[in-house]
Amino acid sequence: MTALVDTLRLTAEDAIGLVERKEVSPAELHAAYREAIAERDGELHAYLRTVDEAEGTSIPIALKDVISTKGVETTAGSKILSGYVPVFDATVAARCRAAGLTLLGKTNTDEFAMGSSTENSAFGPSRNPWDPMLVPGGSGGGTSAAVTAGLAPWGLGSDTGGSIKQPSALCGNVGLRPTYGTVSRFGVVAFASSLDQVGPVAKTVRDVALLYSVIAGRDPADSTTVELAESVVLPDEERLAGLRIGVPRQATALDAIEPGVRAAFEAALARLEELGAEVGECELPRAFDYGIACYYLIAPAEASSNLARYDGVRYGPRSDDATYREMVERTRDEGFGDEPKRRIMLGTYALSAGYYDAYYGQAQKVRTLIMREHAAAFEQFDLLATPTSPTVAFPVGDKAADPLAMYACDLLTIPSCLAGLPGLSVPCGFSEGLPVGIQLIGPQLSENRLFRAGHALERSLGLDLVPERLR
Amino acid sequence: MSATSWEPVIGLEIHVQLKTRTKMFCRCPVGFGAGENTQTCPVCLGFPGALPVPNRTAIEWVVKLGLALGCEIAPRAVFARKNYFYPDLPKGYQISQYDLPSCTNGKMIVTLQEGEHEVGIVRAHLEEDAAKNVHVGGRSGRIGGADYTLVDYNRGGTPLVEIVTAPDLHSAEEARSFLQLLRQTIVELGISDAEMEKGTLRVDANVSVRPAGSDELRTRTEIKNMNSFSHIGRGIEAEIARQIEAWESGGVVEQHTYDFDVSSGTLTARREKEEADDYRYFPEPDLVPVEPPEELVERLRAELPELPAARIRRIGESLDHDRAVVLVTGGLDVLWETTVAAGADAVGAANVVANQLVGAGVDPSAVDPGELAKLVGARERIPRKAFDEAIGRVGEPGFSAEPYLAQEAVSDTGSLEPVVDAILAANPAQVEQYRGGKQGLLGFFVGQVMKETKGAADARVVNDLVRAKLDGG
Repeated sequence: MTALVDTLRLTAEDAIGLVERKEVSPAELHAAYREAIAERDGELHAYLRTVDEAEGTSIPIALKDVISTKGVETTAGSKILSGYVPVFDATVAARCRAAGLTLLGKTNTDEFAMGSSTENSAFGPSRNPWDPMLVPGGSGGGTSAAVTAGLAPWGLGSDTGGSIKQPSALCGNVGLRPTYGTVSRFGVVAFASSLDQVGPVAKTVRDVALLYSVIAGRDPADSTTVELAESVVLPDEERLAGLRIGVPRQATALDAIEPGVRAAFEAALARLEELGAEVGECELPRAFDYGIACYYLIAPAEASSNLARYDGVRYGPRSDDATYREMVERTRDEGFGDEPKRRIMLGTYALSAGYYDAYYGQAQKVRTLIMREHAAAFEQFDLLATPTSPTVAFPVGDKAADPLAMYACDLLTIPSCLAGLPGLSVPCGFSEGLPVGIQLIGPQLSENRLFRAGHALERSLGLDLVPERLR
Repeated sequence: MSATSWEPVIGLEIHVQLKTRTKMFCRCPVGFGAGENTQTCPVCLGFPGALPVPNRTAIEWVVKLGLALGCEIAPRAVFARKNYFYPDLPKGYQISQYDLPSCTNGKMIVTLQEGEHEVGIVRAHLEEDAAKNVHVGGRSGRIGGADYTLVDYNRGGTPLVEIVTAPDLHSAEEARSFLQLLRQTIVELGISDAEMEKGTLRVDANVSVRPAGSDELRTRTEIKNMNSFSHIGRGIEAEIARQIEAWESGGVVEQHTYDFDVSSGTLTARREKEEADDYRYFPEPDLVPVEPPEELVERLRAELPELPAARIRRIGESLDHDRAVVLVTGGLDVLWETTVAAGADAVGAANVVANQLVGAGVDPSAVDPGELAKLVGARERIPRKAFDEAIGRVGEPGFSAEPYLAQEAVSDTGSLEPVVDAILAANPAQVEQYRGGKQGLLGFFVGQVMKETKGAADARVVNDLVRAKLDGG
């Protein structure tokens, strides 16, 4: 039976059809993906661990290892959580379970979702299915590589400053960072609470919309969640007549954008116009001038506090030492990798007495300005568009030693994250034979609009997003 | 310079554990006596990804308390994170209101013998309690030097209200009076048992002294670990004396935290930390601001009962201040009022309720005031023994005073005189002292006679008889 299933090309929607028509059983489908993992994941290292048994009544799913799964080890890519087995499901994991989805495994991530390449994983980097010499992006490189390589029909990632959208762009699939507050963070290992958001990664916009409908909506266990204003509609429009798309001048002016990426992006804009959209220029000066600086104060500040619980007292490894304080210091020194340590130090500094107003306090004010700036842009435009990533996938090791170069990977995704806005990355072409993504940004709760636009573009472009080397 | 020329300046920080059914940010039960770490969940253990959800009742109760303390209720209060490492703090931060607390700028009127005194309430805010550390081995009660530390997370996450007063108190006695009134207010609001012995009411005092009449503020010290009203009085007094001694001997007072040692009645300085605390407060991003709707605040305001401070003032006008304080802070004034309304005399009823009834351990709410009023009226007529027995049973269901009222005390001097003579003969030294001017010994002799007659004698008759014998003879 599994011969029927070509996991490289099977969309989640089609997989559900196969199960519903009883052409394959959930267990057979699960086994087919397990076979693909056995065949290809040695090279890609998308998964940190897989689950043997298919428990669900529907299709499988991969979950980023920041999402707590009851009874299945959850490490957030960190040594300090190695061996930690949650006694509870994250709300998103529970909702997937309730929808009959079967857990295939936990996917690799930069440690505590801090990074843009998965090279910061304590368990080794993941590789890009288009070329294993390249990174898959990050922090959700594991989920993204798995979806593109046919190692999962879909998966969940988490996005703080671009960790869903950027790997989707670099691996050539679709990723949604939802409106802040529409998806529960309960049970998701926290990086920066005011920015973290769980979202779907899949091969098509329709799959992403479908998975979003499974996980979204108010959760009493997360005080910051809201009910969706309207239910999720699976898109099937092909025209975008009257849709006004703004392109922030300050984004496209960035030198960091590679020519090939720029060309693919511009071609996609032209295609959107052909579909009936009106494309114009807009202004987001503060968002792109101060976005990264603002993010690298707020996110590390929150992280320094969120990561304080890893003290060796209740769970995770403990490094023994003479006193409580020395035990905690040593546990954290040996348990955390360089990037979490760097951000804990940055954040601790930004929150310290005497510096709070100049750093964290000021960053919050700038964040408010960035929100207002976006709101003003949405008075003239229905959606905004930029390239998702300034570059295509880069070689493993290229930026690992240069934190600032790594931080710059997210310079196009960060501003809308700070504003709490939804963003969808859709493949829009190729540069140097590697996929390029376009980032569509909407006002709060405009996910349906993003799905319509993304679907029409995807349909019209008709790209083959299976890496050539795997075809 | 004498001690009377110094004026103490005292401010209090009070923590009150709310008796909500569940914890502040999770739905684990709040309560004593459960097995260690059985009232816990991923949220109050700080597991990865667990998130806080505020307890609505706790939020209503802090508003209620704020209203009772005459505070302004913030239309928007914000929880913050107070970051520090300690094993009893599972998340590495405590969630606490910080720069935008629920209640600010209140006051409480403490009626003292010398008049009314206003104590400012700077703020009252909500936070979560820490877990309980048990340090095993080494220096008692300290993590430094302990062999190991056990942590019971049952208490962790219990809702706490922190109340901070202005430095408006000027003696240990004032501090105690204020605290008694505050405690009674909290108990009557039904939001906490506020029992110091159980740790549901905890008090830290900030103490400094200054030359009387000056308005300077000198260096203050903080006293912790005073876990009864009497310890608070003793702790503050000891610190005042220590500071006066320091200033008068030409020394200085240094900013320091002291623990009150119950057994020795002395203060022990805490070991100095190497660096000042920097809690790196910032708004808790996992929670939204607390915005109590105005209708809720107004409903809670309308529901406030007549508060203890007001009742002390009112009752003090018809009785006297000291008795009013005892009745109100003892939770006895309702019974007193109904007993008086049933016909008892005010002072007699106050004495019986505040002394005999409390002494007998009777629950005032179980007493029928009509029956109590009859006993109060007959208290000097019936035998002491019968009266005491009646008081001991006045709280029983269906109690009737009638059988006790029918008893008569022995009042004929013929049968009492020999007893009096015998008692005086047995205590020649005391007789000598009495005649030498120590009139207070009268009560001693009367008491001996009452004891000898097993409470059957009429105390008034015995009194007259003893006095006549001693003075006459």
